[in-house]
Amino acid sequence: MSTGRQLSLEVNGKSHELQLDVRTTLLDALREHADLTGTKKGCDHGQCGACTVHVNGHRVLSCLTLAAQVEGRQVTTIEGLQSADGVMHAVQTAFIEHDAFQCGYCTPGQIMSAVACIREGHAGTDEDIREYMSGNICRCGAYPHIVAAVRHAASRLKKEAAL
Amino acid sequence: MRTFDYLRAEDTSTAIADAAKPETRFLAGGTTLLDLMKLNVERPAHLVDITRLSGLDTIEVSSDVIRIGALAKMSAVADHADIKDAAPALSESLWRAASAQLRNMASIGGNLMQRTRCMYFRDPGAYSNCNKRNPGSGCAALEGVNRNHAVLGTSDACIAIYPGDFAVSLVAFDATVLVRGSVDRRIPVDDFYLLPGQTPHIEHELAPGEMIVGIEIPRVAALKRSHYLKVRDRASYEFAAASAAVGVELEADGKTIRDVRIAVGGVATKPWRLRTVEDSLKGKILDEATLRTAAAAAVDGAKSSGHNAFKIELTPKVVARALMTVGDIA
Repeated sequence: MSTGRQLSLEVNGKSHELQLDVRTTLLDALREHADLTGTKKGCDHGQCGACTVHVNGHRVLSCLTLAAQVEGRQVTTIEGLQSADGVMHAVQTAFIEHDAFQCGYCTPGQIMSAVACIREGHAGTDEDIREYMSGNICRCGAYPHIVAAVRHAASRLKKEAAL
Repeated sequence: MRTFDYLRAEDTSTAIADAAKPETRFLAGGTTLLDLMKLNVERPAHLVDITRLSGLDTIEVSSDVIRIGALAKMSAVADHADIKDAAPALSESLWRAASAQLRNMASIGGNLMQRTRCMYFRDPGAYSNCNKRNPGSGCAALEGVNRNHAVLGTSDACIAIYPGDFAVSLVAFDATVLVRGSVDRRIPVDDFYLLPGQTPHIEHELAPGEMIVGIEIPRVAALKRSHYLKVRDRASYEFAAASAAVGVELEADGKTIRDVRIAVGGVATKPWRLRTVEDSLKGKILDEATLRTAAAAAVDGAKSSGHNAFKIELTPKVVARALMTVGDIA
């Protein structure tokens, strides 16, 4: 039985040709094979949200996605969030302004989740933010600042969109 | 993890033919399957990835029926404007489940196939005795930490809970599971799930090679006035300690119950319809005392295994509260 598979992954607009064991998750493909270590491995069982990335614009858990499943789809990680000229995403800026982390390990997942949460229209109230960000666990307990950062980024992005 | 062959299905009939081979699993969202493969609970030799099959992710709300394709994502169904309007309990039972990321991955068909969260089932390294994993080996939960195990529908072979939310709503509203295999079949969702009895490793009606292709929910007045109440240990991203999918239709007087639907989750080995409670409420006036008296029968036949006795006290309260909410007397 052959376990190797040649895969072409599109990550942050760049193509990666990888030879992977068929069991390789998207998370391990990113971290161990594409040298993109911004996406974090927490529980590896879909319970913590640290590995959140976007596939075709939707937030998903890379630890429960096989790399083979995303062939031909657009993957975005925390490394792909800033603009071409290096300006941080509004959510990244808001996390810094609101001190929305302590150890920082869950932060890439929090930010990827927050970007999608705002885009989905689920960041209108603090209650909504808490509900729709509940898949991202923060062991340091930075939740009040995370909610503040998401609320702020959402209103900033809304104002920008209205301009 | 055991290694496997990965096949990406191009059309449904090929996928079904491929899946008839032994030790084969369909792969959709993967949120249950990959998790359990990492734990060595699921050890398929072949995976048939069905996520690129076309035409299976549609959501249709017509005047008499709701049809949901098996590959529609939980998030898409939960957020669908017509579902929210015609069937609030269906939407609520989806968005109150899992997390936003998991709901973007998990398909509706896969959701029906999710497996128990029993920690003894999920840990073959530490516990060899699990009748669901290893028939005839015993049940570690019976004498173990069983706070989150079933009090209804149990047997001396298995007390594992059916953990899902959506199927609880489906059972309350007489949904049908649409299955395709060598022939097409329509299975009432209440018959789709099996009691553990002495064969807890057989959980549902599907035969090898059969694929869930969709779900149909008949539109009734009680579905329009429905609600899914989920009580749990934390406010979000948690399985139910006890939940209830309910709906009510009142007579023209605005207070007499014409039709009522009740199913409970988080307490039983399968999504648990409460027909006796429903029958006792039909024709009665909807008020708190009547609802609480009727709801007491929700746990008829319930059996505690020790740590889960609280579910027997909690379930009637959850049922009554959910009915009071749809009756606008909460």
